[in-house]
Amino acid sequence: MAVQAPERRPPSSQGGFQGLRGRERPTGGFELWSWLFMRISGLVLLILAVGHVLIMHVLDDGVQRVNFGFVATRWQNPFWRTWDWALLVLALIHGINGLRVIVQDYVKWPGLRFAVDMAFYITGFALFVLGTVVVFTFDPSQWPGTT
Amino acid sequence: MAKRKSDVGTLYKGSPGQWSWLLHRITGVAVILFLFAHVVDTAVVGWGPEAYNRVISVYHNWFVQLLELGLVAAVLYHAINGLKIMLFDFWPASARHMKPIALASTGIFVLAMIPITIIMANGILESAGVIS
Repeated sequence: MAVQAPERRPPSSQGGFQGLRGRERPTGGFELWSWLFMRISGLVLLILAVGHVLIMHVLDDGVQRVNFGFVATRWQNPFWRTWDWALLVLALIHGINGLRVIVQDYVKWPGLRFAVDMAFYITGFALFVLGTVVVFTFDPSQWPGTT
Repeated sequence: MAKRKSDVGTLYKGSPGQWSWLLHRITGVAVILFLFAHVVDTAVVGWGPEAYNRVISVYHNWFVQLLELGLVAAVLYHAINGLKIMLFDFWPASARHMKPIALASTGIFVLAMIPITIIMANGILESAGVIS
């Protein structure tokens, strides 16, 4: 578990972009999978997150039109429940992995780094559980006449 | 890289992509911190219309809508810059054209933000009572 992660820096002016070597990347192990995950989830989030933001916050009066009835109607369609749940899961993992990478850069003391990472992981897991339960158990028929 | 005279007294440290690297981090942190709050406020929908509508009315405040415009900009910048990063990573030859590609990705972001800002500014001014 306690693999010493290499320190990350901003793109270097010496190597990085020159020639065909491209940017630095992890050479193996967990950090390589993390690197790959960020890119693949990033591509999916490009659709899920940008789409969500445009639909919910920009088009068609944006968040002004959002209320209980709006959510109840929207979540009658399993497509949107699935979209929202996939967005929840990918955004949480992508975001918290991003935080972990940033913590590697700024929190040097191992004990504190572990504590800060754990705080993010626990927060992320709690929100994953909360969001999952709500997305899949929400039943507006408990409140008749609201849709 | 030797320091040029014009570099003295600037924040530019000579690394290509320094500013987009920093903006990518800042926008990423901003979005994940908002997401923490947003999962909780959406979860309130499970407690019924009264609770949820009270919580969601926070988003109908003009100042919060101003922050919301910032959130949309952050998501969009992070997404477009992320695409640029992937282009350089998976097609290293493109790094030879780093400057025009960086310029193009910034340009796409700015162009997309123009209609978005106009649309959202309408809602903000409405909430603030400036226009009806």
